[in-house]
Amino acid sequence: MAVVDVSHIVKSFADKVVVDDLSFSVAQGEIFGLIGPNGAGKTTTIRMMMDVIKPDSGELTILGEKLSEATKNSLGYMPEERGLYKKLSVLESIVYLASLKGMDKHLAREKADEMLNHTGMLDSKRKKIEELSKGMAQIIQLIVTIIHNPQLVILDEPFSGLDPVNTELLKGMLADLRNQGKAVILSTHQMNQVEELCDRILMINNGQAVLYGDLSEIKSRYRGNSVLLDCIGELGDIPGVTTKRTHKGYIELILDGKTTPQQVLAHLVSCGLVINRFEVATPSLNEIFLKEVGKKHE
Amino acid sequence: MNKTLLIFRHEFLHMIKRKGFIIMTLIVPVLALLAIGVFQLISKTVEPPVIETTTIGYVDESGGFDQYTTQGDIELVHFDTPHEAMVALINGDVSEYFVIPSDYISTGVINRYTLEKEVETSPIIATVIKNFLTSNLLSGKVPPETIYRIEAPLDLVVTRLTETGEVATEQGGYGNVIIPGIFSLLLALSLMLSSIYMIQGLGDEKESRLVEVLLSSVSSRQLLVGKVLGLGAAGLVQVVIWLASAPLLLRLASASFGGFISAIQIPANFIILGIVYFVLGYLLFAALSVGIGAISPNAREGQQLSMIYTLFIYVPLWFSSLLFIFPNSPIWVVLTIFPVTAPVAAMLRLGVSDIAAWELAVSIAVLVLSIIGILFLAIRAFRIYLLMYGKRPNWGDIIQNLKSG
Repeated sequence: MAVVDVSHIVKSFADKVVVDDLSFSVAQGEIFGLIGPNGAGKTTTIRMMMDVIKPDSGELTILGEKLSEATKNSLGYMPEERGLYKKLSVLESIVYLASLKGMDKHLAREKADEMLNHTGMLDSKRKKIEELSKGMAQIIQLIVTIIHNPQLVILDEPFSGLDPVNTELLKGMLADLRNQGKAVILSTHQMNQVEELCDRILMINNGQAVLYGDLSEIKSRYRGNSVLLDCIGELGDIPGVTTKRTHKGYIELILDGKTTPQQVLAHLVSCGLVINRFEVATPSLNEIFLKEVGKKHE
Repeated sequence: MNKTLLIFRHEFLHMIKRKGFIIMTLIVPVLALLAIGVFQLISKTVEPPVIETTTIGYVDESGGFDQYTTQGDIELVHFDTPHEAMVALINGDVSEYFVIPSDYISTGVINRYTLEKEVETSPIIATVIKNFLTSNLLSGKVPPETIYRIEAPLDLVVTRLTETGEVATEQGGYGNVIIPGIFSLLLALSLMLSSIYMIQGLGDEKESRLVEVLLSSVSSRQLLVGKVLGLGAAGLVQVVIWLASAPLLLRLASASFGGFISAIQIPANFIILGIVYFVLGYLLFAALSVGIGAISPNAREGQQLSMIYTLFIYVPLWFSSLLFIFPNSPIWVVLTIFPVTAPVAAMLRLGVSDIAAWELAVSIAVLVLSIIGILFLAIRAFRIYLLMYGKRPNWGDIIQNLKSG
């Protein structure tokens, strides 16, 4: 069963269609990247999933049913930045927001201690939220989001403003969630994080799906007909290679479209070259993103 | 625990821990205790002041006004001519003087001379001159007791009876007005303060996007009903503390000050109705503030918009002096039934006169219905305008959206 199942949802504000016939699903045990430029409709989609706003049309189910009080308890949401009571202490914030997810307060306190200890923030539990650094507050927010053991975790730009140490901490926590079989939706601009963490993605632009599916499959779909080579020895003419471009530390070989990278590799090996690197060139997600978003602007 | 109850509990605890709320709640008993303490301290350490005798000169051109020259603390000194009296006034021997002309009996005119600029003659001086003239005119013609009675013919003692002819437990008078008057003023201030807190809290939650986290756990209805009830409960705590401390403070004050203070009473029906109106007032203004908080992009704009209804809180207080003169004017009926003015108006009226049972029933019913209706609209508005950060919709859009839902 899909944890999230979105089918043909549409949402307009005034006369502007913000989400236009969007469909996707998120499965258990996967990190799902929701990506797109500013104003693409990511946050509106998330808000509809959380029942903060209702779609004009289309169906949306969470854990197999329409969002209810019970399903809300199985959901964890972390908005971009802030989202905590500034004047409350760390522990009070965690316990109150956990209790709203149906968690017993005593249990919430115990779990909060455990998670604060795990993230090295136990000493800060009596501090007010406003006394914390942005990175620390972000970690507290993630604790608030996952303390009640939700089946679905939605994170909106979780890496913004985090230092490298906290970024690694957060990545570790997300990996743990996936390993526990949770579904995680990651809405972000940071393509390197998506590439590193996500199993599947949905790229949206102007409210419409641009790319949807398995990340590695999408990347292979965008794979170009070139290979990257770093070798010792004279290259000479290589059958099936139309152009050679020299870059710092490697040479890019553009193939003619009929020749496969395996045939090129076989030729290079047969020539007796010492090959340090041979890589089928794959565009980064960032390049795919720019290409797809650029297409729409053309 | 029910999620509405969890929000109620959180909002209630958050409210009663606020410095402003604590100060507002404790300031009344603390100030009263301080006043009593200071009075007792002063009364023990300070000698009673020596009352200075005022000397007033007079010239009797009519004749026969030579007795009763001591009137309380005022001494009347006779001068033969107006010139002598004037010299004494300029030299400071007398504070003023008056002349009884020879035709006084036929005209009644008395000429008074003073160095002070006055709007009119002080009532004390006028009474002294009147009593001096009356006493001398009647001297020897009627017994001294009769003269005294003519000077002070009336000491009105009013007793209020019940419909069965028994002496009513609640006798009215200014003593009855004091506590309801103070409470209505305090209620007005508390309502103002609580509206500010509610709008501030909602504005902060919207601006920090915390509201989205909350709505990922609870519904708009649970959130807003919890908030409004939390504020109402805080109002209840406040009024109970004040009402509980009032009899003790009155007893202490009465023992210290005596006199008028000992006449202060808490009207019997005031305790129950006072609490009812206090709590309903809190709930109404909390619901209104939630509505304003819902359509405002931030706390600052919300507070400006809230002026629309917070000003109404003070309307009954502006007209409170008229209440003593026209306690049964229809305007008071309107103010008691109109929900925004009802809590303060009803509390004020409880001290001055009786409020008809039907009026109370209608007033409370209108208040309760208003709270429910406003809360219902506020929840709708909250859902529609929740995601508006930094942009306020115009009133036409708001009404249109509330209709279409």
